[in-house]
Amino acid sequence: MTQINRLPSGGRIDRAQSISFSYNGKTYTGMQGDTVASALLANGVDIVGRSFKYSRPRGIMAAGAEEPNALLQLGATEATQTPNVRATQQDLFEGLVASATNGWPNADNDMMSLVGKLGGRAMPPGFYYKTFMYPQSMWETYEKFIRKAAGFGRSSLESDVDIYDNINQHADVLIVGGGPAGLSAALAAAQSGARVILADEQSEFGGSLLHSSAQINMLPAADWVKDTVAELSTYDNVILLPRSTVNGYHDHNFLTIHERCSDHLGDRSPLGKVRQRMHRIRAKWVVLATGAHERPLVFANNDLPGVMLASAVSTYVRRYAVAPGSKLVLMTTNDYAYQSAFDWADAGREVVAIVDTRTNPDSECVFVAKSRGIKVITGTAVIEAKGSKRVTGAMIAPLNETGDQLTGDAQLLECDLIASSGGWSPAIHLSCHTGSRPVWSDEAVGFLPGDTIQKQLTAGAVNGSYSLDACLKEGTEQGLAAARNAGFEVEDVVMPVSAPVSEGKPMALFHIPHSKATSRAPKQFVDFQNDVTAAAIELATREGFESIEHVKRYTAMGFGTDQGKTGNINGMAIAAKSMDKSIPETGTTIFRPNYTPVTFGAIVGRNCGDLFDPERYTAIHRWHIENGAKFEDVGQWKRPWYYPKSGESMQDTLNRECKATRESVGLLDASTLGKIDIQGKDAREFLGRVYTNAWAKLAVGKCRYGLMCGEDGMVFDDGVTACLGENHFLMTTTTGGAARVLSWLEIYHQTEWPEMEVYFNSVTDHWSTATISGPNARKVMEKLTSDIDLDGEAFKFMDWRSGTVAGVPARVFRISFTGELSYEVNVQANYGMAVWEAIMEAGAEFNITPYGTETMHVLRAEKGFIIVGQDTDGSVHPYDLDHGWAVANQKPFSFIGKRGMARADCVRPNRKQLVGLKPKDPEAVIPEGAQAVNDPEQAIPMEMLGHVTSSYYSANLGHSIAMGMIKNGLNRMGESVFYPLADGRVIEAEICSPVFYDPKGERQRV
Amino acid sequence: MSNTTTQTDATDTSQNIVQMNQIPADASVRAESPLYHADLKTVAEQGTQDAGIVLQELALLDHLVLRGSVDNAAFTTGVESALGMVLPANLQSAEHEGRVIRWISPDEWLVTTAGGMGFELEQQLREAMGETHFAIVNVSGGQTVITVEGADAEEMLKKCTPYDIHISHMPVGKVVTSLFGKSQAVIRRTGEQGFELVIRRSFADYCWLWLQDASGEFGFSVKES
Amino acid sequence: MFYIYCPYCEEHREEEEFHAAGEAHIPRPLDPDACTDEEWGEYLFFRTNPRGLHHELWVHGVGCRKYFNITRDTQTYEIKETYKIGTKPQFTRAEENA
Repeated sequence: MTQINRLPSGGRIDRAQSISFSYNGKTYTGMQGDTVASALLANGVDIVGRSFKYSRPRGIMAAGAEEPNALLQLGATEATQTPNVRATQQDLFEGLVASATNGWPNADNDMMSLVGKLGGRAMPPGFYYKTFMYPQSMWETYEKFIRKAAGFGRSSLESDVDIYDNINQHADVLIVGGGPAGLSAALAAAQSGARVILADEQSEFGGSLLHSSAQINMLPAADWVKDTVAELSTYDNVILLPRSTVNGYHDHNFLTIHERCSDHLGDRSPLGKVRQRMHRIRAKWVVLATGAHERPLVFANNDLPGVMLASAVSTYVRRYAVAPGSKLVLMTTNDYAYQSAFDWADAGREVVAIVDTRTNPDSECVFVAKSRGIKVITGTAVIEAKGSKRVTGAMIAPLNETGDQLTGDAQLLECDLIASSGGWSPAIHLSCHTGSRPVWSDEAVGFLPGDTIQKQLTAGAVNGSYSLDACLKEGTEQGLAAARNAGFEVEDVVMPVSAPVSEGKPMALFHIPHSKATSRAPKQFVDFQNDVTAAAIELATREGFESIEHVKRYTAMGFGTDQGKTGNINGMAIAAKSMDKSIPETGTTIFRPNYTPVTFGAIVGRNCGDLFDPERYTAIHRWHIENGAKFEDVGQWKRPWYYPKSGESMQDTLNRECKATRESVGLLDASTLGKIDIQGKDAREFLGRVYTNAWAKLAVGKCRYGLMCGEDGMVFDDGVTACLGENHFLMTTTTGGAARVLSWLEIYHQTEWPEMEVYFNSVTDHWSTATISGPNARKVMEKLTSDIDLDGEAFKFMDWRSGTVAGVPARVFRISFTGELSYEVNVQANYGMAVWEAIMEAGAEFNITPYGTETMHVLRAEKGFIIVGQDTDGSVHPYDLDHGWAVANQKPFSFIGKRGMARADCVRPNRKQLVGLKPKDPEAVIPEGAQAVNDPEQAIPMEMLGHVTSSYYSANLGHSIAMGMIKNGLNRMGESVFYPLADGRVIEAEICSPVFYDPKGERQRV
Repeated sequence: MSNTTTQTDATDTSQNIVQMNQIPADASVRAESPLYHADLKTVAEQGTQDAGIVLQELALLDHLVLRGSVDNAAFTTGVESALGMVLPANLQSAEHEGRVIRWISPDEWLVTTAGGMGFELEQQLREAMGETHFAIVNVSGGQTVITVEGADAEEMLKKCTPYDIHISHMPVGKVVTSLFGKSQAVIRRTGEQGFELVIRRSFADYCWLWLQDASGEFGFSVKES
Repeated sequence: MFYIYCPYCEEHREEEEFHAAGEAHIPRPLDPDACTDEEWGEYLFFRTNPRGLHHELWVHGVGCRKYFNITRDTQTYEIKETYKIGTKPQFTRAEENA
């Protein structure tokens, strides 16, 4: 293929470097410096997609972020698939593989086009609401079809092979946009010494200057850009971010920037290099120099390939040396677009005519055009584009002064390119993100940024200052102001200057009338991505949608990935006119983050794979892995769940671990339990306030179980606390509750009782805890320690002692969660592994068996010990748990939870209470969560009594066991309840004490 | 008061706080720092040349948390006399004879000292302060120190923490507790190109993986502890 | 993403370091047992939801672990001030002073 539209000279491309790429399965050649869009245009590719609803052929319309049609599915391999990339923003690289996102099965020859021809009737606005929402059950079926037809690309089915990154940045001044205003702002701010970040979405800084024929400081604009960027890069305090789109402007000057670090280099990024990076920027001051998007005019068949924005024509000609056609008709409402015709003529192509909608424009540019021999037709508009797959002509007709009526007959101008300009829409997107309401300006014929509480300044076209000299001036001033506001002074700044150009007044025109009524004329597109037409907006207002927000949602205008960058203002103007209101009266919709689509990779950064979420390990973790443990997630902790031996099922393992612990000795890594060191003379009093039970008399050397409640009286944590010294306690919490309990203690200490002399410190990670449990536990301990008297009378149940275990100083707690004789051995965690291994070695002759959390759960359930968060759910108070023994109402201080438990609802009869449940079928394990009923034959809805909270098969008991909530359960001992299951089975269970094993607790006290 | 314990290492002090020497008398008992499993010795031998980042675990130091009020002269002078350093103010740190003290919170400081010296230091501090209101907690097993040095250290750490670590905002000696990935760290600037992280034991593997991953594009090497 | 001045660290920190802990200035009744159900219910469950200035309790959880108060505009999200526990706000809603 030859690049038929490539101009013989000019442009910022490197003609020596030819690049081969594939588009829709065909191979093309472009040049270094091309975007995919410029390369496709150079190759004469007209159709780059099919439209969303009507499947009409679409071509490239713009040259930047606002492009609605040319969306690419990128990627040479499955793993590198990227949807929704705008061809106008994707740099070409050797071997690039792309296809059109819109257009199924392919853009040139689309099966859906048949639908498209019928589409006018088939899909009016509100189509989805009217048709597909009913019946709702069918939505999923419709959705598949619509999504596929909509063709918004697809994500990869494989893991992304590239590295993505997040980085945190802090700046005194962040400048968004590297055009004339942004560059001059950066130059001014940089000289102040402030930390400056300049970000621009394009591959090169310069913005419109890259295709401008203007001069700055008597130099061609592009040279000034080059010098300025060179100067900025000499500053240590300046970070230059090209290919970086500022996508979101959030609270308190927090902005996100999506940098495409190596998207321009290849299908994969170079080894070890980041593909895309999200910068999370906190800026003291922000200068928005985001420029403006040219607004297309709305006329019949304005979506034909060969209809473009005027500025895009200039960009392709001057920056990329591509002339996308041969005969141009330019329609404009303003002076600025004349330059596109001049650029076209300079490229040696024919300008058929400049069609100026203004009746009597007396601007300088009109005379320049005439002096260059270009035909200027004033008071006239292009009312319709002719052609089927490409423009072949423009129907023009005279227009009245206000632009709302044609005043004469139409005539045909033959051409293959129609450029239109309805003026500029300031790129106020980021300003909108902050919650600021845009303000209409008649002078700028566009919405400008409104008031904001953010530390934000604006400069250049985003302010409606469209002329180059104004952009340079405002940029310099606002760059200086931002630096000054951030606390940096600069004395002399030389302002870049450009010769002022006299300007004629632009005409506020959006929708070109047709000789037929809008509803009967060929389609006049407003939003190209969602196929919203002028007729559809008029229909919406006729149907009674008056709020612009409702019109937007009803028609889907602005809902595409381009967020209506080209269409929204036209749509609002059409809605306003059809409701006989002004644009300010109608108002505007608000843009939300993100400005352009952001990949998931950039959002996620390195928070994926192994780093998706922290995994917390105990000091024994390596041993658990080496010994085949299966792990369970408890919060962020990885806890051994069970240790299967080869050939064992999970139930086999549990049966073995449970029996070994009950019959000989087991070993549990209990290091994950939260541990809080409490010191101070008020420590004991504090415990009494936060726990429900009494602490006044707990002696040094003793431990006690405590229940912690919220002010509402509901249980929220439990654990054993040891009295280490008169003013020194060690509190343990549940594994998942550790952080919450510490915060709970702190909030009361800091906000309610600051006078109490006590300090809380987390020592969870400091102590490694190995729990030796089982009838042979003492024998194992005897082999490991010589300085702790293990005699049952000297070292009783619920005592703690310190001494040396396996040569390591240890604190040993005789507390038990299994109901067996247990020693919890706590050592400084650096020695945890050494002690663990010594315990395993000492226990070998007793067949010491490591067990995981599942066996722990079974053993404690056999004993009726609760797990807060499993057997409780925030609606359960101690009496519901039959834990009244742990509530000391006689304490002088009204402890947390006491008043809450006394509320009427907490003391009423028939509350759900925790009881034991013994299934009549000894093999039947009731699923946790199953609901109890009194009568399984009762008509639905049955009376629900409560759910099963814990349920296991107990190998020690030879039958299944459960705990659960039952209304009034504590008074129903011995009665039967029924658990109807989803599979039709009904399990009958007897209400009983939850203590199934060793009810007198003799085993743990031996 | 009655001494219910038989162990001489566990001492009842005048504050009725139990102090305990947690280091084995027998030096042959193997100690495993939180990054023991990462086998940094082997990683160190495979190090990249001209690495932009140099990582090192300062393993098995003793860590003491100090709690007390700056308005309490008994506390402040006690710390000063035992440590030979004035308590650092907000976000500051101080170093003296191999000991580092870091401000953590208005009533909290972290002291690190050579491994095995923590017990003695705690005794000295307790003696110096007497019966006033304060707390000292040995957390040596619960955390470790990693140093991050090199020309790219700052750039790499910008990927780890949202805190502004630019030298104009975080000069040498400044210390902050902030996020580190989805975990957290006490971050101190030790030099123009040097930082130190104090991280929790259970998160050490995550933090180390994160550091390796974030350092990848600069090239990194590991110094043996 | 807020940028919050911690009155204890005495500098601005990222919101990620903090947690909101509900409405500020809701003291625990000194004698809960003497509260009627209505009074206790008021303390336990009822909170204001103002449009405009609101006093909130926050904690610098990943930082100095201190609780403090914020006066925040619930419409603009502007933080007017942060202040230590036990001190009074400078900025209040008109009806708060009534």
